[in-house]
Amino acid sequence: MFLVALLMVGIVVAMVVALAADSMLSIRQFGFGFLTSQRWNPIQGDFGALPFIYGTVASSLIALLISVPLSMGIAIFLVEQAPYYIARPVGFLVELLAAIPSVVYGLWGIFVLAPFLREYIEPALAKWFGWTPFFRGSITGIGLLTGGIILAIMVTPIISAVVRDVLTAVPGTQREAALALGATKWEMIRVVLVNGAPGIAGAVILGLGRAVGETMAVTMVIGNRPQISFSLFEPSYTIASAIANEFTEATGDLYLSALVELGLILFLVTFVVNGIARVLVWNVTRKTGGVGKAA
Amino acid sequence: MTSLTALCTLLAVSALLIIISYIAWKGIGSLSFQFLTDSPKPVGEGGGIGNAILGSLVLLLISSVFGLPLGICVGIYLSEVGKGRLAGVVRFIVDTLTGIPSIVTGVFVYAVLVLPMKHFSALAGGVALALIMIPIVARTTEEMLKLVPHSLREGALALGAPQWRMTMGVIIPAAAPGIATGAMLAIARVSGETAPLLFTAFGSRFFTTSLNEPIASLTVQIYNYALSPYDEWHAQAWAATLVLMTLVLGINIMVRFLTRKKF
Repeated sequence: MFLVALLMVGIVVAMVVALAADSMLSIRQFGFGFLTSQRWNPIQGDFGALPFIYGTVASSLIALLISVPLSMGIAIFLVEQAPYYIARPVGFLVELLAAIPSVVYGLWGIFVLAPFLREYIEPALAKWFGWTPFFRGSITGIGLLTGGIILAIMVTPIISAVVRDVLTAVPGTQREAALALGATKWEMIRVVLVNGAPGIAGAVILGLGRAVGETMAVTMVIGNRPQISFSLFEPSYTIASAIANEFTEATGDLYLSALVELGLILFLVTFVVNGIARVLVWNVTRKTGGVGKAA
Repeated sequence: MTSLTALCTLLAVSALLIIISYIAWKGIGSLSFQFLTDSPKPVGEGGGIGNAILGSLVLLLISSVFGLPLGICVGIYLSEVGKGRLAGVVRFIVDTLTGIPSIVTGVFVYAVLVLPMKHFSALAGGVALALIMIPIVARTTEEMLKLVPHSLREGALALGAPQWRMTMGVIIPAAAPGIATGAMLAIARVSGETAPLLFTAFGSRFFTTSLNEPIASLTVQIYNYALSPYDEWHAQAWAATLVLMTLVLGINIMVRFLTRKKF
C-alpha cells in the first residue's frame, strides 16, 4: 500500500520532469520571452504563448462571470429554500451536467449554441453594446463568447456542488442565532454566506481550475486563431486547444517542444490553482466532518 | 429573491434537458444495427461506429486493469494505513491530480510511452485513461472506507486479527458496494475522455484489439465527425453521441439509484 502511495508522488514528479525535459529545447531557445511573445509562427520557428494565455484567461473569466452568480443562486436555492423532496432530485440533475462528456458539449455548441448566438444573441449585443470594444467585429457565432458560455455550463455544476457542501457545513447555530436576533430570511442567508466565504472562494477557484484545463468543448467552438482581441465575437485560442489541435501536426522538434512547454505552463497553473482551492475548501468543510465530494 | 434563485436552478436544469433531448432527437434517426457494427466508410457509403465502440471498450478494459487496483490501493493507504504528514502529502497530491487537465496527462503519456515506442498504441491510450482514473477511484475508495463504522474494526482487532487481515477481510467487504459504485463512476467519467486519446491511441478505421496499434474510440470518432464538412458524418456524430450519452448517463443514474438506500 505504502509503495502504491509513493507511486502517486512518483507520477507527479515524473510528470513535471517529463514535461520539463521535453520542453527544454523551447525554453533554451526563447527563455522568458516565450510568455510575452505574441507570435506563433511554426514556419519560421518563432513561438510565443501570449495569445494562448490571453485566450485561456479570457474564456475562463467569461465563464466565471456567467457561472458564479448562477451557481450561487442554485446553491442557495437548494440548501436554504427548497424542500428536501425537491432539493435532492434537482441537485442530482444539476450534478448530471458535470457527467456529460466534454466532446458532447462541443458538438452541441457547434450545431446548436453557435447558430443560436449568431442569429439572435450576438446581433442584439452588437446593436446595444457595439460602442464598447467588447462587441465589435463580424458575427460568426464561433468565438470567445461561445467558448465562454460553454465553459460556464460545464463549470456551473462543480461550483454549485462545492458551494452546496460549504453552505451545508455552516453550523445550524449560526442560522438560528441570526434569526433569533431578528434577521429576515435573506439577512440570515447573508450571514451564512459570509461564514462560508473562504469555502465559496475555494469553489470559484476550483471552477477556474476546471475551466482553464477544459479542452474539447472549447476547441470546437472558440475558433482557434492565435490572436489577442478585446472583442468577444472574435475567435481565440486557449492553451489546451492549441495542444489538442497542433500536437499531432507538429513538424520539427522546436514546434513540439513549444507545445510541450505550453503543456507545462498549463500543468503548473492548474496545480497551483487547484492547490489553493483545495486548501480553502478543506478548511471550511473539515469543521463539521463534511464529506467533500467535489472532484 | 426566491424567484431569482429558483430561476437560476431552472436555467441549469433546462440546459441539461435541452442538451439531452436534442441529442436524443438528432441521434435516433441514424441509429441502426448496421450503424453499430460497421466500421467507418468514405462519405456516401454509410458506415458505422462498430470499431469505435469496440475500441472504447478495449481502452476502458486496459485503463480499468491498471487504474482500478492502483486507485483502490491508494484509497486503502489513505484511509487505513497512512498516518501523519506523509499521508497528508499523498492526499494533497491525489487531490491535485484529479484537477490536472486530461490533455496534460496525454502529453505526459506521449512523452513517456509513445515517443520511446515510436508509434501510437492502445496501451498508451489505456495508460493515459488509467492515470485519470486513479485519483478519482482513490478518493471515492477512501471516503467509502471512512464510512465503515469503527466498531467493525475494533471487533476484528479484538478477535486477534492483524491489521492487514482486518483491512482485507472485514473493512473492504463491508465497503465493497461503495467501492464498486466509485469504480463505476470513474469508468463513466473516463469513457467520456477525448483529449488524452488524441495523441496516444490516435484513432483507427479498422477493427483492432491489438495493444500495439492505434485504436479508435467513440469520443475521438465523434470529435472527428463533428469537425468534418459532411452532413452525413454530422448525423453519424449525433448518433454516436447518443450511444455515448446512454452509456455515461446510464451508469451515473444507476449508481445514484443504487446509493439511494444508504441515505
